[in-house]
Amino acid sequence: MERMIEVEGLARHFGPLVAVDDVSFSVSRGEVLGFLGPNGAGKSTTMKMITGFLAPTRGRVAVAGNDIARKALAAKAAIGYLPEGAPAYGDMTPASFLAFAARARGLGRAAARAGIERAVEQVELQAVLEQPIETLSKGYKRRVGLAQAILHDPPVLILDEPTDGLDPNQKHQVRNLILGMARDKAIIISTHILEEVGAVCSRALIIAQGRIVADGTPRELEAMSRYHNAVQIRVAAEGAEAALAGLPGVERVVALGEGAYQVFPTAGASITEAVAGHARAQGWEVEQLVVEAGRLDEVFRRMTTGEQDVPESLPAPGEEAA
Amino acid sequence: MSRMLTVFRRELASYFNTPLAYVFIIIFLFLTGIFTFYLGNFFGRGQADLKPFFSFHPWLYLFLVPAIAMRLWAEERKSGSIELLLTLPISLADAVLGKFLAAWAFTAIALACTFPMWLTVAYLGDPDHGVIVAGYLGSLLMAGGYLAIGSAVSSLSKNQVIAFVITVVVCFLFTVSGAPIVLDAFTAWAPQRVVDIVASLSFLTHFEAITNGVLDLRDIFYFVSMIGFWLFANLVLVDARKAA
Repeated sequence: MERMIEVEGLARHFGPLVAVDDVSFSVSRGEVLGFLGPNGAGKSTTMKMITGFLAPTRGRVAVAGNDIARKALAAKAAIGYLPEGAPAYGDMTPASFLAFAARARGLGRAAARAGIERAVEQVELQAVLEQPIETLSKGYKRRVGLAQAILHDPPVLILDEPTDGLDPNQKHQVRNLILGMARDKAIIISTHILEEVGAVCSRALIIAQGRIVADGTPRELEAMSRYHNAVQIRVAAEGAEAALAGLPGVERVVALGEGAYQVFPTAGASITEAVAGHARAQGWEVEQLVVEAGRLDEVFRRMTTGEQDVPESLPAPGEEAA
Repeated sequence: MSRMLTVFRRELASYFNTPLAYVFIIIFLFLTGIFTFYLGNFFGRGQADLKPFFSFHPWLYLFLVPAIAMRLWAEERKSGSIELLLTLPISLADAVLGKFLAAWAFTAIALACTFPMWLTVAYLGDPDHGVIVAGYLGSLLMAGGYLAIGSAVSSLSKNQVIAFVITVVVCFLFTVSGAPIVLDAFTAWAPQRVVDIVASLSFLTHFEAITNGVLDLRDIFYFVSMIGFWLFANLVLVDARKAA
């Protein structure tokens, strides 16, 4: 696969503050890389360095084979960038703003018209094309920024929180848009919405305090969770908790109330069959049995804050706010 | 070049997207009129020239030009659009130059709107048109000098009011650097050569030389190098301060 974005040993200091510290990764065509991390972790700073806005303190970035420091214009030409907060010129209309972006990217008249038309259609901007951008809603402003980033059909897309401020329908639409473009582009998105990672990313980096603390596919990251292969069972039987805790491969059992238990395996073990077999053998009336793939939010919390403990009383999956 | 023109066109259009352009031009014309006819005693002098008109330009520009220049970079930094602008495949020099030239073109438009003044003297008497052309050229060059200072200062702050105030102060110092108000700060300790250099930096002296109809290359070179120096400072400052 063709490596479109290469980042090596990237670091950025702001005075005494180390915003990004020795970050290395690469993104190939066809990949959607998710940047995950708490606010202030260095996601946006990394993006600003990849797009050539900020000069790194150390390290190098190459986009489409062009070093961002030495061949800045060629590298920038290959990028479509949605900066944090989707800034735009408020006094312009989307139509004139997009025309400006197209001209600045050196598109000819016909190519500009075609590109703008396609981008406007993709993000559904038709209704507001002639209104000043500063009068638009947050969702429309974000879509203007997106349209600006994709109108020249760049091989590399860098999107800083592309779905921030969108309603659920618009989020869905933007995710589909990203998935649709993923095949022939290298894309980086940053987000703090964990469900987005599973929905659009082929790979994700968890960043905390300027460092990459985890790197893998969404499934691999989920597998790092304590909930990976954990079993949730709801039975109406006396002494179920003790019986479950005695099964081979079970690390601990947490009672969730109303006859529901969360059964954690020891690392790497699979306990589904043991739990199901035991229930069958004992003739338990099993109302519910769920095997979890893992919880990204738990991995995220553990990786970014170092919180180790699984709390004693646990909310059932899906009840926890995303 | 074409990328610079793209920035130039966007910037110039943005003046006219907002009331700024119209408010500025109307106030500029109003004030030049008042100053020329009342303070400058345009009719009473009995001379067919535009001397009273041009003599107030340095003082008008001192407040009006920083008002245009203050937004050039401060606004970009405040709204975050600077990140967009500088990640487009446009060089920083093109962006700085395009913005400056758009602001300069705008002041040229405002200045051009004073043409009835010229028609008036032409109607009333027989003025030396060469001197008037020189006056307009000098005025435009001086506005460029103020603008370049303002553009550089505006890249220092996200706050347009701060940019405005600092620009006015810096422009004031350059305007009157030939006068005791500035020179007295140097005569006490600096050698005469330094004092002479400071004095030679005065906008006023060079502007008055040009408006007298003497198109000395040194005066033109002074303004052009002033603009060049401040635009270079602008470039360095934007690069250093863009992320702050």
